Amino acid sequence: MSVDATTVRRIAHLARIAVSDAEVPHLQGELNAMLAFVEQLSEVNVDGVEPMTSVTPMEMKKRADVVNDGEIADDIVRNAPDTTNHFFLVPKVVE
Amino acid sequence: MTDLTSLTIAEAREGLASKSFTARELTDAHLAAIEAARVLNAYVLETPDRAREMAKAADEKIAKGEGGPLAGIPLGIKDLFATRDIRTTACSKILGNFIPPYESTVTSQLWRDGAVLLGKLNNDEFAMGSSNETSCFGPVTNPWRREGSNTTLVPGGSSGGSASAVAALLCMGATATDTGGSIRQPAAFTATVGIKPTYGRCSRWGIVAFASSLDQAGPIARTTRDAAILMRSMAGHDPKDTTSVDIAVPDYEAAIGKSVKGMKIGIPKEYRLDGMPAEIEKLWSEGAQWLKAAGAELVEVSLPHTKYALPAYYIVAPAEASSNLARYDGVRYGLREPAKNIIEMYENSRADGFGDEVRRRVLIGTYVLSAGYYDAYYLRAQKVRTLIKKDFEDCFAKGVHAILTPATPSAAFGIGEKGGADPVEMYLNDIFTVTVNMAGLPGIAVPAGKDTQGLPLGLQLIGRPFDEETLFSLGEVIEQAAGRFPAPKWW
Repeated sequence: MSVDATTVRRIAHLARIAVSDAEVPHLQGELNAMLAFVEQLSEVNVDGVEPMTSVTPMEMKKRADVVNDGEIADDIVRNAPDTTNHFFLVPKVVE
Repeated sequence: MTDLTSLTIAEAREGLASKSFTARELTDAHLAAIEAARVLNAYVLETPDRAREMAKAADEKIAKGEGGPLAGIPLGIKDLFATRDIRTTACSKILGNFIPPYESTVTSQLWRDGAVLLGKLNNDEFAMGSSNETSCFGPVTNPWRREGSNTTLVPGGSSGGSASAVAALLCMGATATDTGGSIRQPAAFTATVGIKPTYGRCSRWGIVAFASSLDQAGPIARTTRDAAILMRSMAGHDPKDTTSVDIAVPDYEAAIGKSVKGMKIGIPKEYRLDGMPAEIEKLWSEGAQWLKAAGAELVEVSLPHTKYALPAYYIVAPAEASSNLARYDGVRYGLREPAKNIIEMYENSRADGFGDEVRRRVLIGTYVLSAGYYDAYYLRAQKVRTLIKKDFEDCFAKGVHAILTPATPSAAFGIGEKGGADPVEMYLNDIFTVTVNMAGLPGIAVPAGKDTQGLPLGLQLIGRPFDEETLFSLGEVIEQAAGRFPAPKWW
């Protein structure tokens, strides 16, 4: 399988990465090189094989459903580019 | 005091205990070495004030007889580990000037045991790379050069800063992480020892995530013993990482020097690649003979799905990365590019903040997870992963204790030499190491010899799940037979 220029633009938008028209042919070539490389997996017989979900056989641990952290709003917003009163600020979302 | 930096951790531990020198002197010697070696670009942040403070605290504890197992030992920390109040960037522009308000579990255990932080070490951006050329701080230089040449070589990656700093005596040991070979490949390129423990052995909490089902932390050090000492402090269960395993951490150092008599060592025929350099082939059989001479039994084994590990990895790892890196949105931390609406703000921030390799992997990961392609790519790759793991399980079920392979298909190469035209060329570096991540197994790289150009080469030992001890015992046998390889100083 290989990707065309339209698909490259669609993936970039899904990934929320701006890509200029000039970059598309180059990216298309790189992605197709990677897809050509992984193509060899199609020769493996995977009939009846379970997909791996956990590399170490173990039961997912669960913690007690209690509050054990919090009251650290200053820490949470400390690295944000734009905040006010412990809120993150973003460009207007709702008209 | 100039030779304090050339001590091993084990030797420094003795010197500190016998009061031959202080932790402060040991730290100062390293800070001076770091300053004189900035041309290597191994450190992206030096923390001399913090280091001296921690060394002073270590001296006080040692004086009271309360020094921990790493009291006063100066270490470098890969910039993928969050360090409280100290800039942590994953060497990506998108994290900008991120100052974590928390400490990673692994580093907190090192400080608990008395270690000293010298600074943060360079790595490939988000640990994506095999040459440390993708860092936003620029490439790291390998202290090793080809005989009679001034060509600057890569230290390998992604833990290139860690490997370079340890080899160049800029710290006594370093933390590193390994998703497809990022501890073992740079260790092999710099004649250092690097171990990726079993998945679940070290907590991933507070380590910048790349591919969560593959990422593991481990140490890089100058000897097998030093790696064992560091491993004991780094390992252990952590309730904050649900994939960390709740089993006791052994005294890894006790495995050093233990007899390997009667152990069965598998030699996998699938690792004998067409066109493999003769010197790698030679090193491999030499390593096997050393283990045999120590009483181990060599058996040929088959891991039939080996060749599919790298292509399966380049689906699974980018898929997980595209999901993990969705958090860099310019809202809560890191770089934000102004835009007139929020979607454009995300798109511009991520376009400007991610480097080429990271962008490539996020895009391919997004593609293989997207509607209509998930089954053909991601699901198939996870099935192939089950088969890769089963190959190893079958092998261990036949009584094999560990598997011996070359660590890398070549020695270190020049900066800018690989991957320029085709990214896959760079990915092939990890061909011997990536299987281990796919199967969640422990793997150690130990220096074993040099190529015809005088560059170090390493061997890899792959172990049963949670049997890192056997790897330390076998690694020590190779180290004793091969000797150690100090990097010639030219800077």
